Amino acid sequence: MDVLFDGFVDAVELLLSGDEDSWTIIALTLRVSLTATAIALLVGLPLGAIVALARFPGRRVLLAAANTGMGMPPVVVGLFVTVLLWRSGPLGGLGLLYTPTAMIVAQAAIATPVVIALVAAALQQVDPDFRVQMQALGANRVRAFAALLGEARLPLFAGTMAAFGAVVSEVGAAQMVGGNLVGQTRVLTTAAVLATSRGQFSLAIAFGLILLLIAFGVNLSLTLVQQQRAVPR
Amino acid sequence: MRRGILIGIAWIVAVLLAGCGTAPSAGGPSASASAASAAPAEKSLILATTTSTQDSGLLDELLPVFTRESGWQVKTVAVGSGQAIELGRRGEADALLVHSPEAEEKFVAEGSAGARRLVMHNDFVLLGPKADPAGVRGTSSADAMKKIANAEAVFVSRGDESGTHAKEKGLWSQAGVTPGGSWYQSTGQGMGATLRVAGEKAGYTLSDRATYLTQRDSLELEVLSEGDPGLLNVYHVIEMTQKAGGRVRADGAKAFADWMVAPATQRLIGEFGRAKFGQPLFTPDAGKDEAKLGE
Repeated sequence: MDVLFDGFVDAVELLLSGDEDSWTIIALTLRVSLTATAIALLVGLPLGAIVALARFPGRRVLLAAANTGMGMPPVVVGLFVTVLLWRSGPLGGLGLLYTPTAMIVAQAAIATPVVIALVAAALQQVDPDFRVQMQALGANRVRAFAALLGEARLPLFAGTMAAFGAVVSEVGAAQMVGGNLVGQTRVLTTAAVLATSRGQFSLAIAFGLILLLIAFGVNLSLTLVQQQRAVPR
Repeated sequence: MRRGILIGIAWIVAVLLAGCGTAPSAGGPSASASAASAAPAEKSLILATTTSTQDSGLLDELLPVFTRESGWQVKTVAVGSGQAIELGRRGEADALLVHSPEAEEKFVAEGSAGARRLVMHNDFVLLGPKADPAGVRGTSSADAMKKIANAEAVFVSRGDESGTHAKEKGLWSQAGVTPGGSWYQSTGQGMGATLRVAGEKAGYTLSDRATYLTQRDSLELEVLSEGDPGLLNVYHVIEMTQKAGGRVRADGAKAFADWMVAPATQRLIGEFGRAKFGQPLFTPDAGKDEAKLGE
């Protein structure tokens, strides 16, 4: 149990001391995971809306694929991205393996199915009559869609938080495509794994606690926005 | 309705801004690093090496000096020696720092690798719980392996085709034992993690001395058998050439390999760990005759 307490002390020290290495790791964690989440939203929001609202053959199969993708092991995604980015692979000329960009690509691939599936579910739970009403009131398609997003904002925010949670906590893909290079691609999860394999348990726990703190900070911000006017006063 | 639009836009913008906004604050090192690695013309090489050189902290000490002196950025991929050699074979790594001599010799004979040079050695130690249920303390490594198998005492193997795993398999075959059964457990992980498992299960395991020494304090494992000539752990640096793949940075590989065997670097290797552990973790060997090591 001592090691848990030491880890807590280490975490506070790392945060207060302004240790440059730790802050580089923290900044990179935020940069990679938030960018990946943003890309997943950009791609997943329209796709999720199409799957939820349009009528076309294969729609249910697509939805099932997205639902499956939510459970995709990060290490498998990492392996695919690694093979694509290998020097001998189709995208090898870009020289992207072991860079933050590669990590963003892999994490966006992990988060996109989460966004698609949860956006589809969020939009479908809005009463179908709502859209009919919007159109009856003379709203054009864009405005009707925007109103629909507003109506579904609670589950949409929940989906965003789920996507962020999926990427900020994963280690398999980050390790494989990033390589855990110090000062370049080391994030909190891979740093914690390395510290563990070096027997530096309290440092590993410190990284874990900082990761929790960051995830909490991001989710708190999103939750505050989400809950505005959510509960009638 | 307008509120819906506003919230939707604000939500996407907020997440986008958060994602991009942190990029500049990530600071010089990572920002310039990603720019550097995006352009393959930059001086950046990939080193595939073993978990022992990373877990012991040796590379953390050496690589910044190399980068400062040569201008080459090094991307380290710490895996087992088997995987490191495979990465070299595919042209996915430029230089290898590995410790699996038989596999290395076969690999170099294939022709895609360039020079292979002796860098340093330490030795493997057979570790086990203080109680030593199989009674191997002080025996030769072959005897010890036989006793462990006869007693069916828990043995934790790396099981990852690393140099340490290759050495362990060699010891089993010297002892005339084919390990198997519930007492023989394979982690498939690096040395640090495997030591941890062996400690928790009060089992025996084979480790390189450097990784053991750096983690000894948090482990309940003792050195039970050591000192056999057969337990030498020899590291070589191998340069890759463009025969392995068109994108191999042979110039970087040569710069790194030359630097590893240079006298100043060899002194750094010899000093590493002396202050903290009272003994060096590796013995520098550049230019020596491999057949005479350990005498």
